[in-house]
Amino acid sequence: MSAALVAGTASETQASGRSQRHGADVLRAIRGNRKAMVGAFLLLVFTVLAIVPQWFTPVADPDAHQFGLLLAPSSAHPLGTTAFGQDILAQLIYGTRQSMVIAVVVGGLATLISVLIGVSAAYLGGVTDGVLSSITDIFLVIPTFPLIIVIAAYAGKGNLTVMILVLVVTGWSYGARQLRAQALSLRNRDFLESARVRGERPSYIIAVEVLPTMTSLILANFLGVALYAVLTAAGLQFIGLGDNSSMSWGTMLHWAQSNSALQTGQPLWVVAPGLCVAALGASFALLNYAFDEISNPALRPVRRPRAQRTRS
Amino acid sequence: MRYLLRRLGFFVLTLWAAVTVNFLIPRLMPGDPASAMMARFHGRVNPAAMHSLEVAFGVNTSQGLWSQYVTYLHNTVTGNFGTSLTYFPLSVSTEIRQALPWTLGLIGVATVMAFVVGTFIGTVSGWRRGGVVDSVVPPVFVVTSALPYFWVGMMLILVFSVMTNGALPNDGAYEVGAVPTFSWAFGYDVVRHALLPAAAILITSIGGWILTMRNNMVTVLAEDYVRMGRAKGLSDREIMYQYAARNALLPNLAGFAMSLGFVVSGAILVEYVFNYPGLGYMLLNAVNNLDYPLMQALFLMITIAVLVAVLICDFLTAWLDPRARSNG
Repeated sequence: MSAALVAGTASETQASGRSQRHGADVLRAIRGNRKAMVGAFLLLVFTVLAIVPQWFTPVADPDAHQFGLLLAPSSAHPLGTTAFGQDILAQLIYGTRQSMVIAVVVGGLATLISVLIGVSAAYLGGVTDGVLSSITDIFLVIPTFPLIIVIAAYAGKGNLTVMILVLVVTGWSYGARQLRAQALSLRNRDFLESARVRGERPSYIIAVEVLPTMTSLILANFLGVALYAVLTAAGLQFIGLGDNSSMSWGTMLHWAQSNSALQTGQPLWVVAPGLCVAALGASFALLNYAFDEISNPALRPVRRPRAQRTRS
Repeated sequence: MRYLLRRLGFFVLTLWAAVTVNFLIPRLMPGDPASAMMARFHGRVNPAAMHSLEVAFGVNTSQGLWSQYVTYLHNTVTGNFGTSLTYFPLSVSTEIRQALPWTLGLIGVATVMAFVVGTFIGTVSGWRRGGVVDSVVPPVFVVTSALPYFWVGMMLILVFSVMTNGALPNDGAYEVGAVPTFSWAFGYDVVRHALLPAAAILITSIGGWILTMRNNMVTVLAEDYVRMGRAKGLSDREIMYQYAARNALLPNLAGFAMSLGFVVSGAILVEYVFNYPGLGYMLLNAVNNLDYPLMQALFLMITIAVLVAVLICDFLTAWLDPRARSNG
């Protein structure tokens, strides 16, 4: 079933043509929405930083203990240095990559699972739907972070693959629930009925008829998971369950906290990486909210005249 | 009635799933961490405790997996979680009983407050579409909902504690050396210590409730029964609270149940940042000390707390929504 679904998407040229058209719609909608533009701009900045960090800082090895300890901000070190003599700005810039990788990989994989489970539950119905929905709901209410902590403690810390896997396992359920609801509402539409009458296979109908109409919801779901992944990964690294020698914002916060940066007069060591996590998270959240507005026009900001009519 | 029975069934099913996951994790992990732990603690704890550990983690036992599972289920149901390694020789249950009130007090109150206040702000914002509140609310709270909980806590410490020379305490649940009593002085001390961590939870979790409530309001206000209420000449106040907010609240309540796990996750880190002696802080300590029995019992306790809260939401939904009662 799942293999057929993937193969169907890849081989059908009609499908790719259709999703391109939907893609163009989405792009146009983003351009017309201020929240989406801000989110997209932030995301672009972080993407560039993640790909070519060396263009933005003269420090070649941000991990090396090579400068004075706890220096105040200066022209040489715009954000000062850590208690180990590392340049904070350089660490920030090089730390972008790991957060972006986690966001994109976890977002992509979890969304794939959401689509598979949510759409097949809605489309197949009956007992299959009951079982898949129950599993989804269970994953939804079990508090994931304590579970992640327990698993990470057993699996040994510091393994990026383990972290990504755990985040995927705990991050797919919300999207699966939403996609199921959306697919259910599509189920009895005429265009699907006509495809069924034409005698198309279920895998074809799902890949070519159902999925393209859900593009904006799937994208919104990707952004939601990416936000979840960035925040949760930062939290795990902060408490020391990440790879403490790797270069990431969460790890910076971990070392800042364990060296009491707030109390020893180097607050920028805490403020800066947290702001970066927040800004990357905000870019996903803004895009996500904008997608809500795009798919539900009632939510869009209203112009003044209408507002006054509502108030009277 | 059928609805409540179904939700109760779901509660039991989820609880069973959590307990089973808890049972399987130490047994399925690669590299046999349980045996490694045994080796580390060998000679440091007494033989009786060692034996109970072996039973709990399925090491050095001739029992099959199934009978281990039955024993485990029995122990869990009777509240026997074994002995804590960190706080040896205290039992895990004793430790948890000390931490639970702090977590329920701090996280419970802060979360319910965030929900109530957030729902109210969302109602107002959705009602006055395009008004002053509504033009500010969505962008601001989209951003605050993306802030890391623990970082907000650290910023609050920086501003209200470090930069103001300790105007508000940032460590623990009460002054070091204070004796917990039911006196005004001690109560004041506890509230002062709870202010910053509660604010951190409030700031980061309130955005979600505001935004969903606002969007629900916008959707509900377009319904025919709202127009009907207007045509009948009902006051704005009546339409806003009796017609629109009541209906918009239902999906928000379901959303509350679903995102509770996420809020609790953030709250664990807040407890850690403030050294607040609740379940989350204890969980992270247990992880650092490789205290596996305590760790697993804590995971279970946190899960149960969340599930009970979800069940309460279900009961509230049944009470508020006749549709849920009638067709389950």
